[in-house]
Amino acid sequence: MEFSFTEEQKMIRDTAQAFLAEVSSSNAIRSAMDTEQGFDPQIWQRICEEMYWQAIHIPEEYGGMGLGYVDLVVMLEQMGRYLLCSPFFSTVCLASNALIVAGTDEQKQQYLTQICEGSLTATLAYTSKNGQWDATAVQGIVTTQGDDYVLNGTYRYVLDGHTAQLLIVAARSEGSEGEQGISLFAIDANTPGVKRTWLPTMDQTRKQAEIVFDNVRVSSSQLMGEANNAWPQLNKVLQLAAIAIAAEQVGGSQQVLDLTLEYTKERVQFGRPIAGFQAVKHQAADMMLRTEVARSAVYYAACVAEEALSGGLLADELGEAASVAKSYCSEGYFKNAGDALQLHGGVGFTWEYDVHLYFKRAKSSELFLGDAAYHREHVATLLLD
Amino acid sequence: MKLSFSDEDEKFRAEVALWLFENLVGEFEQLKFRGGPGDEHMFPLERKKWEQKLAQGGWTCIGWPKEYGGRGCSIEQQVIFNEEYARAGAPGRVGHIGEGLAGPTLIAFGSEAQKQKYLPGIAAGTALWCQGYSEPGAGSDLANVNTKAHFDEAKGKWIISGQKVWTSLAHESDYIFVIARTNPNSSAHKGLGFFLMKMDQPGIEVRGIRQLTGTSEFNEVFFDQAECDADDIVGQPGEGWAIAMGLLNFERGVSTLGQQMQFQNELNQIIDIAKANGKSQNPTIRQRIADAHIGLKIMRYNSMRMLSDTDDGGLQKEALIYKLFWATWHRDLGELAMDVLGPEAEILESGPYTLTRLQAMYLFVRSDTIYGGTNEIQRNIIAERGLGMPKEPKITA
Ligand SMILES: Cc1cc2nc3c(=O)[nH]c(=O)nc-3n(C[C@H](O)[C@H](O)[C@H](O)COP(=O)(O)OP(=O)(O)OC[C@H]3O[C@@H](n4cnc5c(N)ncnc54)[C@H](O)[C@@H]3O)c2cc1C
Repeated sequence: MEFSFTEEQKMIRDTAQAFLAEVSSSNAIRSAMDTEQGFDPQIWQRICEEMYWQAIHIPEEYGGMGLGYVDLVVMLEQMGRYLLCSPFFSTVCLASNALIVAGTDEQKQQYLTQICEGSLTATLAYTSKNGQWDATAVQGIVTTQGDDYVLNGTYRYVLDGHTAQLLIVAARSEGSEGEQGISLFAIDANTPGVKRTWLPTMDQTRKQAEIVFDNVRVSSSQLMGEANNAWPQLNKVLQLAAIAIAAEQVGGSQQVLDLTLEYTKERVQFGRPIAGFQAVKHQAADMMLRTEVARSAVYYAACVAEEALSGGLLADELGEAASVAKSYCSEGYFKNAGDALQLHGGVGFTWEYDVHLYFKRAKSSELFLGDAAYHREHVATLLLD
Repeated sequence: MKLSFSDEDEKFRAEVALWLFENLVGEFEQLKFRGGPGDEHMFPLERKKWEQKLAQGGWTCIGWPKEYGGRGCSIEQQVIFNEEYARAGAPGRVGHIGEGLAGPTLIAFGSEAQKQKYLPGIAAGTALWCQGYSEPGAGSDLANVNTKAHFDEAKGKWIISGQKVWTSLAHESDYIFVIARTNPNSSAHKGLGFFLMKMDQPGIEVRGIRQLTGTSEFNEVFFDQAECDADDIVGQPGEGWAIAMGLLNFERGVSTLGQQMQFQNELNQIIDIAKANGKSQNPTIRQRIADAHIGLKIMRYNSMRMLSDTDDGGLQKEALIYKLFWATWHRDLGELAMDVLGPEAEILESGPYTLTRLQAMYLFVRSDTIYGGTNEIQRNIIAERGLGMPKEPKITA
């Protein structure tokens, strides 16, 4: 048993940390978040070409680096810590995973290769305005027309949906319910009948869109997985994504703790640094506890994800490990961000200080892919029903 | 990262499980799931015999070096042993203070003569130890010790006078380790000594203290001119604090995974009750049970991380969070147990004050956030040692 990073993983972490500290500075975040696109294409290009991060866990046969989920998580933690504004999460943690889990050989060959080359961004669209994250979220309707399919429906909360070039879309057959009747498609965003609109969000560091499919005709070669039976695959993609976002949440938790320590050691009140007051120390101690505990949950879940992708012994634990990580990390990050804001006093309430960026990101990633209560109910079902 | 155990370790696991299966029978059958915090008063004699049985099988002190009667087991094997021990429902160890605290302290700081004198009894399960740190005036402020020790040249012995309090299992113990002031003019952590003392002697009196559970597992221990042999001080007079602190590091370690199995047994019991009485369909209770399960899972991952990072037995700063996390988790579990039981939680097993296991658990867990460093003290330690925040100001009178 060795539940700690290899030397290589430590190197990945340190490289990511150094690179992101440079390219994802406060100024860089702010200029990216002011745009509708939401990221700086030059930085994205550097990530793809210099760092090759988008290829990290994609199999080598498609031009990827063929590393594991743990290696991906190591980087995501740093991206969360530096609030990287980029289409990384949508392209890699949603779309690439969907292609890996459900894509046909041809789709993998075509799209994963392009993603590795850095010439394609992509995302996953499955949620509707009902605000659910389980199978009932899939409301888009697919009908057949000869050998082709026709898609209709409105999707919301689609990360980078207005800029992604490839859309992985879940839709259900007419009259189907719950986990039945769900199919997945890989669709070029420029297909006629696809209308994409940016949805301005409170957390400006991660962009969302609404996508309307109006009689969009899709060929059978675009079908991923098994028609009408794709929920297990989509579910697996969502579990993998929950672990990925939890990793970002750990990075964010750490960063707000670090910002708070730095601030409280400098800020003097009543003749001493406020870091010396026990009421402050105890909040900081709780922040450290939440961060470390969240980290344990994510690293474990990452190991499970790795085995779930390679068919290892722990594969069956994926759903549980994902829910454990997402529920704990969601609450932990939000509490940490709230405490950070509190301990910064008045300056914490300003637009100028970065704390609010984390506070907002913490809430948006808490809500995305199911909040803590949603994931606890998953666990409760496993235990009690 | 690699989470699985080696084939060799899995073989070891099978060996442990088989031994427990074959030996936790007969007169020991009744000890299953007994003892341990909140139940420490049950079956003391039988559990002492069980310690010796374990020793005969070679299952005491398995992490100690072979030369001292241990088994030289790797951390992985100790983890496995603790897991299997708890899984089998084997009883709470009355020998844990000797095995986990006194022994490792002697191995690290004791003289060769002290090791020869004391370690074999601990390994054989025949010598039980208790911990004499706290005093009426020295709890969280552990260094505020008033118990005095002076060397009587004529007798060639240390003479100890004073009082300890909250001493767990003192009434069952053969030995106590005591921190006492060797320099009467010293204060705080200076001028202390670390003494190994025999309990059964004229100058030591033990009085049980009744706890809120109605039972007594801790005591007051009075020292009135009690004697300690000249060579039973560990280290030099005045060095006691460093040794006492070194010992506290042993408190956190591999036993944590076994403790979690015990927690798992408690949680399983709560889940069974919830399923039986319908509370499992109450949305709030569902959330809390799930939360408890999540916390327990993460506790396991935490300790795996903690143990993996520990090549040299030292603890990384992340490990500082461990006590605060489990103690708070366990306290919450006690409340969950009562809320799942509903009004049935109030009904005692029998009069006048005999608690069920879950009732005893619920009441006892309130001490988890007090002993071994209160939650408040844990937070101070995390902030100061883990985060480098300023130390508490010292008031000098
Ligand atoms: C079940 C049980 C078993 C025990 N077994 C043993 C044993 O075997 N051997 C032994 O030596 N001791 C034992 N103890 C004693 C235990 O270690 C002490 O109770 C503990 O250290 C707390 O000290 P205290 O009780 O004097 O509380 P106090 O130190 O008086 O604390 C009272 C309250 O003040 C808070 N407080 C104190 N100082 C600070 C501070 N600096 N900052 C913030 N808050 C503070 C505490 O957190 C607590 O809430 C046991 C205790 C219990 C409950």
